Amino acid sequence: MNISSLLAAEDVKAYYASSKGFIRAVDGISLEIDHGDVLGVAGESGCGKSTLGNVLMMNVRPPLRLLGGKVILEGKQDLATMDREEVKARVWGRVIALVPQSALNALVPTRKVGHFIKDVVRYHLGFSTRETMALAKKRFQDLELPVETLTKYPHQLSGGMRQRVVIAVATLLNPKLLIVDEPTTALDVSTQKQVLKLLSHLRTEHIVRAIVFITHDIAILRQIATRIVIMYAGKVVETGPMELILQEPAHPYARGLIHSVLTPEPMVRQRGLLHIVGEPPNLLQPPPGCRFHPRCPHSIPICSQEEPPLIGLGRDHLVACHLTSHSRCWK
Amino acid sequence: MLEVRNLTKVYAAGLLGRRGVVAVDGISFTVEEGEIVSLVGESGSGKTTTAHMILRLLPPTSGQVMFEGQNIWDLRTKKDLKRYWQRVHAIFQDPYAAFNPIYKVDRVLYQAVSLMGNREDSERLMQEALEAVGLRPEEVLGRYPHQLSGGQRQRLMIARCYLLKPKLVVADEPVSMVDASGKAGILKLFLELRDLYGTAVIFITHDLGLAYYISHRILVMHKGKIVEEGTPEKVLDAPQHPYTRKLIADIPLISRRWEDI
Repeated sequence: MNISSLLAAEDVKAYYASSKGFIRAVDGISLEIDHGDVLGVAGESGCGKSTLGNVLMMNVRPPLRLLGGKVILEGKQDLATMDREEVKARVWGRVIALVPQSALNALVPTRKVGHFIKDVVRYHLGFSTRETMALAKKRFQDLELPVETLTKYPHQLSGGMRQRVVIAVATLLNPKLLIVDEPTTALDVSTQKQVLKLLSHLRTEHIVRAIVFITHDIAILRQIATRIVIMYAGKVVETGPMELILQEPAHPYARGLIHSVLTPEPMVRQRGLLHIVGEPPNLLQPPPGCRFHPRCPHSIPICSQEEPPLIGLGRDHLVACHLTSHSRCWK
Repeated sequence: MLEVRNLTKVYAAGLLGRRGVVAVDGISFTVEEGEIVSLVGESGSGKTTTAHMILRLLPPTSGQVMFEGQNIWDLRTKKDLKRYWQRVHAIFQDPYAAFNPIYKVDRVLYQAVSLMGNREDSERLMQEALEAVGLRPEEVLGRYPHQLSGGQRQRLMIARCYLLKPKLVVADEPVSMVDASGKAGILKLFLELRDLYGTAVIFITHDLGLAYYISHRILVMHKGKIVEEGTPEKVLDAPQHPYTRKLIADIPLISRRWEDI
């Protein structure tokens, strides 16, 4: 493990307990987030990416259970061994902040944005109203958000503006790591761009050190991520620098995900309409061997028998596919 | 086949509705048989209001919607309306909302079959429709809506089109809640429906990129007006209106990064 990394997950297993057994949403995932990283986590719905986001900040509550692994903060502290109340008081909001999916609905409909911020800050810091409003005003100015927003009610704001406000509030205490889960989903293209601008601003203004960006949209990640982790059925299937993976995806699933992007640019027009056939597996009983093999157009006998390990293809580029380890002729 | 003439919708707002909000502002266009026309614009541009007026769910403030030569607001009897909604089918953004969570998903197909008055053949017709939309009958029949993925639910809604064989499908953001990996698959179903039955489609989206892949014609809507119209190549490669140019510039591409974020 890299001692300098901001947050490192080591072989983390987090399962949902259900009456039918464990749902293996995060099944042995290791990753590192360095200072300055914008780590993209990509995959289809139900692949465990949101669960991973929660596990990275130890937001683990029944039915979700942590069955193994470590989550190490700045090379020292293992969050997995800490008490939940302690993590909540010392880590959340201050060191790691999470903006979950549909967080734009987190604003209280009957409270003006400024009052909402006051409630949040009082909980964390015990600031007075005047101090809080000064802090909020300054932060909104730094992030180029209209200050008048503070005196408005949520219903007076557009969806994109609510999303940006929620991100600004989540980062008020300058957390080192910000985890955002599908922050642009269901927003218009123009509003998506504004949310990305805000996130990139948070980094250039040194408000946050690193971002984990969870989404199913590779074209969005392309705009902001430095590295990418591609998840399938609770496992990492490929990880590496964003540009490299886009150019030379090694895993058939990564290729499928990248090729299903529908943008009106020449290379995509040439490919036409492509999609990954089938549905992701049920995580109660994931398929044996490589979990992608039932949907994989290139699978060979070993794929259904043995689980492929994550192997290095080059600097910082890892892939879990038998075909890459055997030969690369399927390309 | 469908002609929209000077269609306008003003929503009453403010005290006693004195301050009107113009959602759709005098738009006109036609849709021919087998044609796929996209209405593209951001939220609030009036595209969904237009769809609702075409579906006869919302009365226009002024203007007409003519379907096969008849003003759809002249249809009054239950029989006429039922016939209209058989021929003009709606597919909405959230397929979950179209299902009743208490019933198994089979019901939406049974309803479609019985609308066509074909009860004895229902099993076979349902199987065929499911296969046409790429679903294995055993993986969806007998299940409840929450047990299916967003993509599967949307495919089921489209399976209804294969049973009802409408002349026109009005699809309002049909893939915005579908995973990126499955969008192309759903778009292909509309193309197949068109090839098989000559079904026309009005495809409503905020994403010009998606519209490029499916449309014969793209209409760009901005503040209730159609500001640009043309073939996908013309609109994407030689946009005339500044709003269209902005929409194109805001599409995230995979070949390059935005320089201005």
